[in-house]
Amino acid sequence: MSRPFVTIDGNEAAAYTAFRTNEVIAIYPITPSSPMGEHADAWAVQDLKNVWGTVPQVTEMQAEGGAAGAVHGALQGGALTTTFTASQGLLLMIPNMFKIAGELTSTVFHVSARSVATHALSIFCDHSDVMAARSTGFAILASNSIQEVMDFALIAQAATLEARVPFIHFFDGFRTSHEVSKVEQLSEDDMRAMIDNELIRAHRQRSLSPDRPVIRGTAQNPDVFFQARETVNPYYVACPDIVQKAMDKFSKIVGRHYHLFDYTGAPEAEKVIILMGSGADTVQETVAYLQAKGEKVGVLKVHLYRPFSVKHFIDSLPESVKHIAVLDRTKEPGSMGEPLYQDVITALVEAKMQGLFKFKIDPTVTGGRYGLSSKEFTPAMVKGVFDSMNQTKLKNHFTIGINDDVTKTSLEYNPEFVVEPEGRTRAVFFGLGSDGTVSANKNSIKIIGEETKNYAQGYFVYDSKKAGSLTVSHLRFGPEPIQSPYLISKANFVACHQFSFLEKYEMLKLAEEGATFLLNSIFSAETVWDHLPRKVQQQIIDKKLKFFVIDAYKLADEVGLGVRINTIMQTCFFAISNVLPKAQAIDLIKKFTEKAYGKRGESIIKMNFKAIDEALNHLIEVQVPKQASSNIKMRKAVPDEAPEYIRNVTGEIVAGRGDDLPVSAFAPDGSFPTATTQWEKRNVALQVPVWDPEVCIQCGKCVFVCPHAVIRSKVYDSESLKNAPDTFKSTDAKWKQYAGKKYTIQISAEDCTGCGVCVSNCPARSKDEPDKKAINMNDLDPIRERERQNWKFFQTLPYVDRKELKLNLVKDIQLLQPLFEFSGACAGCGETAYIKLMTQLFGDRALIANATGCSSIYGGNLPTTPYAQNPSGRGPSWSNSLFEDNAEFGMGMRLALDKQLEYSKELVKKLSKDIGKDLVNDILNADQTTDDGIEDQRTRIKTMKKKLQALKGNDARELISLADVLVKKSVWIIGGDGWAYDIGYGGLDHVIASGRNVNILVLDTEVYSNTGGQASKATPRGATAKFAMGGKPVPKKDLAMMAITYGNVYVARVALGASDVQTVKAFREAEAYNGPSLILAYCHCIAHGYDLIKGLEQQKLAVKSGYWPLVRYNPDLLKEGKNPLTLDSKAPEIPLKDYVYNETRYSMLTKTRPEAAEKLLKEAQKDVYQRWKAYAHLAEMPVDQE
Amino acid sequence: MMLQTRYLGLNLNNPLVIASLPLAKDISSIRHMEDAGAAAVVLHSLFEEQILIEEKQLNENLLRGTESFAEALSYFPDISSFQLGPTAYLEHIKEVKRAVEIPVIASLNGISTGGWIEYAKKIEAAGADALELNIYFIPTNPAVMGDQVEQLYTVLVKDVTSSIKIPVAVKLSPFFSAAANMLKRIDQAGAKGLVLFNRFYQPDFDLDNLNVVPNLHLSHSGELTLRLRWAAILYGQLDCDLAITGGIHTAEDVIKSIMAGANATMMASAILKHGISHIQSVLSDMKEWMKKRDYNSIEDIRGLLSMKNIAEPTAYVRSNYMKVLGSYL
Repeated sequence: MSRPFVTIDGNEAAAYTAFRTNEVIAIYPITPSSPMGEHADAWAVQDLKNVWGTVPQVTEMQAEGGAAGAVHGALQGGALTTTFTASQGLLLMIPNMFKIAGELTSTVFHVSARSVATHALSIFCDHSDVMAARSTGFAILASNSIQEVMDFALIAQAATLEARVPFIHFFDGFRTSHEVSKVEQLSEDDMRAMIDNELIRAHRQRSLSPDRPVIRGTAQNPDVFFQARETVNPYYVACPDIVQKAMDKFSKIVGRHYHLFDYTGAPEAEKVIILMGSGADTVQETVAYLQAKGEKVGVLKVHLYRPFSVKHFIDSLPESVKHIAVLDRTKEPGSMGEPLYQDVITALVEAKMQGLFKFKIDPTVTGGRYGLSSKEFTPAMVKGVFDSMNQTKLKNHFTIGINDDVTKTSLEYNPEFVVEPEGRTRAVFFGLGSDGTVSANKNSIKIIGEETKNYAQGYFVYDSKKAGSLTVSHLRFGPEPIQSPYLISKANFVACHQFSFLEKYEMLKLAEEGATFLLNSIFSAETVWDHLPRKVQQQIIDKKLKFFVIDAYKLADEVGLGVRINTIMQTCFFAISNVLPKAQAIDLIKKFTEKAYGKRGESIIKMNFKAIDEALNHLIEVQVPKQASSNIKMRKAVPDEAPEYIRNVTGEIVAGRGDDLPVSAFAPDGSFPTATTQWEKRNVALQVPVWDPEVCIQCGKCVFVCPHAVIRSKVYDSESLKNAPDTFKSTDAKWKQYAGKKYTIQISAEDCTGCGVCVSNCPARSKDEPDKKAINMNDLDPIRERERQNWKFFQTLPYVDRKELKLNLVKDIQLLQPLFEFSGACAGCGETAYIKLMTQLFGDRALIANATGCSSIYGGNLPTTPYAQNPSGRGPSWSNSLFEDNAEFGMGMRLALDKQLEYSKELVKKLSKDIGKDLVNDILNADQTTDDGIEDQRTRIKTMKKKLQALKGNDARELISLADVLVKKSVWIIGGDGWAYDIGYGGLDHVIASGRNVNILVLDTEVYSNTGGQASKATPRGATAKFAMGGKPVPKKDLAMMAITYGNVYVARVALGASDVQTVKAFREAEAYNGPSLILAYCHCIAHGYDLIKGLEQQKLAVKSGYWPLVRYNPDLLKEGKNPLTLDSKAPEIPLKDYVYNETRYSMLTKTRPEAAEKLLKEAQKDVYQRWKAYAHLAEMPVDQE
Repeated sequence: MMLQTRYLGLNLNNPLVIASLPLAKDISSIRHMEDAGAAAVVLHSLFEEQILIEEKQLNENLLRGTESFAEALSYFPDISSFQLGPTAYLEHIKEVKRAVEIPVIASLNGISTGGWIEYAKKIEAAGADALELNIYFIPTNPAVMGDQVEQLYTVLVKDVTSSIKIPVAVKLSPFFSAAANMLKRIDQAGAKGLVLFNRFYQPDFDLDNLNVVPNLHLSHSGELTLRLRWAAILYGQLDCDLAITGGIHTAEDVIKSIMAGANATMMASAILKHGISHIQSVLSDMKEWMKKRDYNSIEDIRGLLSMKNIAEPTAYVRSNYMKVLGSYL
C-alpha cells in the first residue's frame, strides 16, 4: 500500500494518530505540547472523524490536574481517552496517573518531554518530567524521531488496549515536537488493522455503568491493600511481549521494524552507548560514521523504558560489548546515578543472577548526563563519550556538552568533529521575528518534502524576547533520510534577513568554504561591501563565499507586503541554492503560497506572486574584493562600563556564547542580579519617539503609558545642564513647586521597541503643524548616537524627592523612577505599564510572586531581566514558583514577613533598654501609611542597627538580621488570567479569603497569551481563541464580583487607557488596604489581533461600551458608613460592536461563522447590560448604618 | 390604483426602492421592508477598497507576532476558510434572494476596472437581478483632466455591461462640466439605468483636536431639487431608465420624482429616521394623493413635469435662475 509522505512536526504526528484513535480528548495548554491539543481541537471543529467514524470530543480543562481527572473519569466511563502534556503539566497529572494505572486502565498520554522547573524554569527538553512519572505504573515508550512519534502513538494505543497498562508515549520537546520532517503518513486502514475492536469493547465493558454496577476507588485497610496492589503484576510481566507483538504486527502492516531495544552498529561492538529520545538518532548517525571507519561501536536505543524487560535488554546487546555508557537526559541530585543508568546496572546484575548473562567479559558501565533543557547534543559529543571509554580510568557520573569546572564532571570533546554526509543541503537563515522567515522556511520544507523525492528537515531557534526577536532556521535537504537532530554547524548556505544582525551575531562562522551568503540589504551590490563589519568581510574572503544581496524590504513595501519579506527571500534561496531547477521552484513557491494564504483572499496571493516574480530581478551577486577594508567592528553585547558579572556572564549570553560559560559562572541557587536589561541595548525599533518641548504640556501621559519604560521625565536645577550635550532638550518646568527649574522628557532610543503607544496617547498638538504632537516618531538610525549620549546624560540627573510629589496625580507620577524597565514584552504590550506603575509607587519595598506566563517570561527570562533598583540599591525582589500556585506562593511571602515582623517586634521590646525607649516606641508605633513615614522608619532602623552592632548576645544578632522587616513591605502577586481564572483560581480564592495583606494584580488579556492564545475562563463570549474556534459560547467569569462577595477584599477593575486617574487610585488604595486586594487590569494583547498602537484606544471603548466597567470596592469605606462599591465609569454609551469589531479575535467569527457571530454578539451585548445593572444596583444600595 | 413601474427591465410593484443602506445587511430587515411594500432592494455596497483592506488587515492581524517566540508560534486557531469580502457578500445575495420575492439589486463601489468585472460576474452568478455601479471618485489630482475622468467612467461601464447579462445601473455624481453629455455617454456605454445622484460625504473638521473627521448627515427633501432638475432634463433624451436617490422622504418627493421622469425612487435616510414602517405610510400617502387627483397609474404622471413635456422648458435652464433671484427682489 502506498502512503503519502508529509512534512510535519512531532506534535502534529502524535496528534494525527491520537485524534484518530480516541473518543475523548481532555486538554490544557503547556509548552511544547500545546500544538497537539490545538490540532485536535481544530480537527474536531472541522468535524474530522476518528477511524470509527465519529468526531472525538475535545475539551479544555482548567489545569493539567483537571485534564487528568477528566481523562480518568472518561476512562471510567469507557471512552477511549487521551491527553497531551509536558513538564509541570505531567507532574500535575501524577496523582491521577497512579489511579489510572492502579485500576489497569488503557490509555496513552502523549508527552513532549520538557525540563521540570528547578533552579529555573525552562520550556526546553529533557526527560525530568517523564522520569518523575516513572513510579506511577504507566508504561513509558520513547520515540526518537517524528516518524517514530506517528508510529509509536499507534503502537502504544494498540498495546495499551491489550496490556491494560496505561502508556506515556514521549518524545523530545522542541527537538522532536517542533522539528519539521518528511515522514510517511499512516493510513486510517493501518490504524484499524492495528487496533483490535474486541479489545475496545472489553475496555468499554469494564466501565462504570448503573446497568452492571461495580464500585471502584474504594478505601482499603492494612489487611488487604498490599495483596490487592500485587494483583497487577501479571499485566506488567506480560506488557513487554505485548508491545513487541504490536511492533511486529506494525512491521507486517506498515513495513517499519521496531523493537523494545533497538541495537544498531558494529555486530562486534566493544563500546556501546545506551540512551533514549532524539539523542539516540544522533548517536546512531555517529556510530554509522565511526563504524564505516572501522570502529567497533554501537548504540542501544531504548524504546520501552517501562516496564523494563531485562530479557529483551540483554538480548539486544552484542556479546562483544566491553564498555557501556548510559546517557540520561535528566538529573537526579543525590542519587547513585540517573534512572536509565541505574536500570542498566540493575538489569546487568539481574541478568547475571538469572543466568541470562552472555557477554564475553563483564562490561564496564558508566553513566552521564547530556542535553538538559535542550542543550545541544552533537556527533562531536557522542565521539567524546566513545573516546572516554578508551581511558584506563573511566569517568563515571560524567556530563557531556558543558564545561563543569566545579565538580569536574564534564568530558572533553572536539567540537569540530562532524559526520554529515556529502550531497546534503545545509542552510541557516537569520531572520527577524516579524519578517516571516520561519514561515517561508516551513514552506520550503513542504515544497521539497512533498513535491520532490528529497528528504527535508527544519528546526527553528527562537528568541526569549517577544519584541524584535531573532529567529534562526536550520534546514537540511537531501536524497537520504535525515537523522541529524542537532543544529547545523557547517552550512553551505547562510542567509541574513536583517542587515543589523551582521554586527550583532557572528553568523558566518557557520559557513563552510565555498558556501553561499544571501543578505537582505538596503545597500546596493556596488556599495554594500563598505557597510559590512570588517570581520564579516574577512570571513567572506577567507571562506571564498558567493555573496548575493537583495533589498527585500523595499520590494516587499512596493508590492504591499510591508515588512513581510518571506516569499522574496524564499525565492532568492531557491534561485541561488540550486536545490531545485529555478522554474520548477518558482511554480512550487507559488503553489504553496496559494495554499498558505489563499484562504485570506485573492489580493494577498496577488501581492505574494508579484513579490516572487520581482524577487529574481532584484537579486544581485556582489563582486567580492580581495581585501577587507571596513572599519566597522562587531558590536559589543554589553558596554565596557557594565559591572563585571554583566560583562562576563550576562554579556556572553547576550552574544550567543552562553553555551561556553562554565558551571562556576552561575550561583548554585538560581539567583541573579536584578536591573540587567539596562545593559542590553537591543536597538530593535526602526522608528523611535522624539520629544518636542515647544508643544509639550508636561502632562506625563507618554511617560505613564510607555510599556517599555523608555520614556522618562525629570525636573532639575538649570545648573545641571552645564555639561549637557548640545542636542539635549530642556524647557521650564510647569509645576508650582518647581518654578524656575527645568524639565526634560528623554527617550532611551536604544531600548525602545517603536510601538508608538506614546505618540497615539499624547494629547498635545502643534498649533502650526496639526499632524505633529509633543512626541513624534522619527527614524532611529540618524539620531541613534545623539540620543545615546542624551540618555547617558539624562541618567546623571537626579530624580526629585518623592516627598515633593502628589502621588495621586499622573503628572507627578511621571517623575518617579520606574523599577521595571526595557522588558522583553511585545512592542506595545498592555500589561507592562501596570507593573511599571506598581514599581514606581511601591517598588523599593516590593516582593513579587509571579505566576508563570508572559509576565514571568518578560519579567524573568535570561539573559537580561527588567526589575531594577533605585539609587539606594533598593528595588523589587522577584520570583516565580509555578503557574498554579502563585497566590499561595505570594501568601507564603506574606506569612514569612508577618512572622518575622512579630518576632522582630518581640526582640525590639526585649532589647528596649539597649536600643532606647524613645526609639523603640517610635519604631513600634511608626505610621507607615505614607512614603514619608516609611522613609522615617528606614532612618530609625538604620540607627537601631548601629546600636545593635555594639551589643553582644544572640538577640542583638537576630534583630540585626531581621530589622529591615520593620520597614513596611508590599507583597505583590502578579499573573495573567490563565492563572487567576483557571489553574490558580482555587489558590487565589483561598488567599483572598485569608484576610492576609497581599496585593493581587491580574493582568487580564482574556486569553492564555504566553502559550499562543488559548481560551481561558476570562475569554469573553463571542471571541475566537484556540480551543474556542467557533467563538466562546459562554460569558467571561466575573472574578471581580466573585471577590466582592467576600466583603473583606479590596477589589478594583481598572483600564489604564480609559482612566489613568482611576488606575492610580486603585493601586494606591489596594496597597493601603490592610488585607487582601485584587486588581483586575484590562490588558490589550497581541493575541487580540490588531495593531497595539491602538491598545489604549480599545481600552477606552471597552469601558465606554460598558463591557469593562471601572469599579472599586473598598471595605474600608464601610467603616465610614459609605457604600464600599464605587462605579468609576458611565453606563454603556456605545454599542458593544463598536468596541469588539475593531479586534480580529471578535471580527474573525463574522468571517467564519457569521450567524454564530451575530447571535453571540447579541448575547454578549445582553451580558454587558446585565453586568452593568448588577454593579449599578450594588453601588446604589444604601448602607445599613446598623 | 396602479403603482406598478418598470426599472432596468424589472417589474416593480411601485416606484419605491430601498437604496443601499446598512439595514440591507440584515435579512430579516429586508423581509420587513418587503412586507412594508418596498418594490426592490439595493443591497449595501461591496466596496472594492474594503475588500482589499479587509484581506490585508486580516492577513496582517493573523500574522502579527507569529513565528517569533517559541511558546506562541501563532495567536489564533488555524481556520481553514474565511468568508471574505466578495464571498460573504455573494452569500448574502443568495440568502436575500431566497428570503424575498422583490428584485434584488447588488451594488458595487469602486474605481478599478479589473476588480469590478471580476466581482460583477460573481454577483451575477450569485443571482442578483441587477447591478448598481456606484462610482464614487473624487479627482483630487490637479493634473487629471475632465476628459480623463469621463473616459474612466465610460470605459468602466462598457467593460462591466459587456461582461454580464443582468442589467446595470450607474449611480454617479452630478459634478461634470457637461453633465447631460456625460450621462448620455454612460447610457450609450450600456447602462440600463442612471441613479441620480450620489451624495458625497463631505469631511468635517474637529476644532478641538485639529482633526479632519468623517461626517455623515442624513439627506433631506431639500436635496431633491437638484435631482428633479436633471431627471426632468434627461427624460426622453436617453434610452436608459432614471432613478432618483437622495432626498426621497415623503410621498410628495416620490411623486415629484416620477413627474420629473424617474422610473423609480430610492429611499434610505427616511427609513433610518422613521423606521421600516415609513415605507408603508409613504405608499399609502401616494395612493391617497393620486386618488384625490384622479390619477390611475404611475404612467399617468411619469415625466409630466419634465423639460420635454412642460410648456415652459426654460424653467430648467438659466431663466429659472433669474426667476428665483427675482423673487427676492
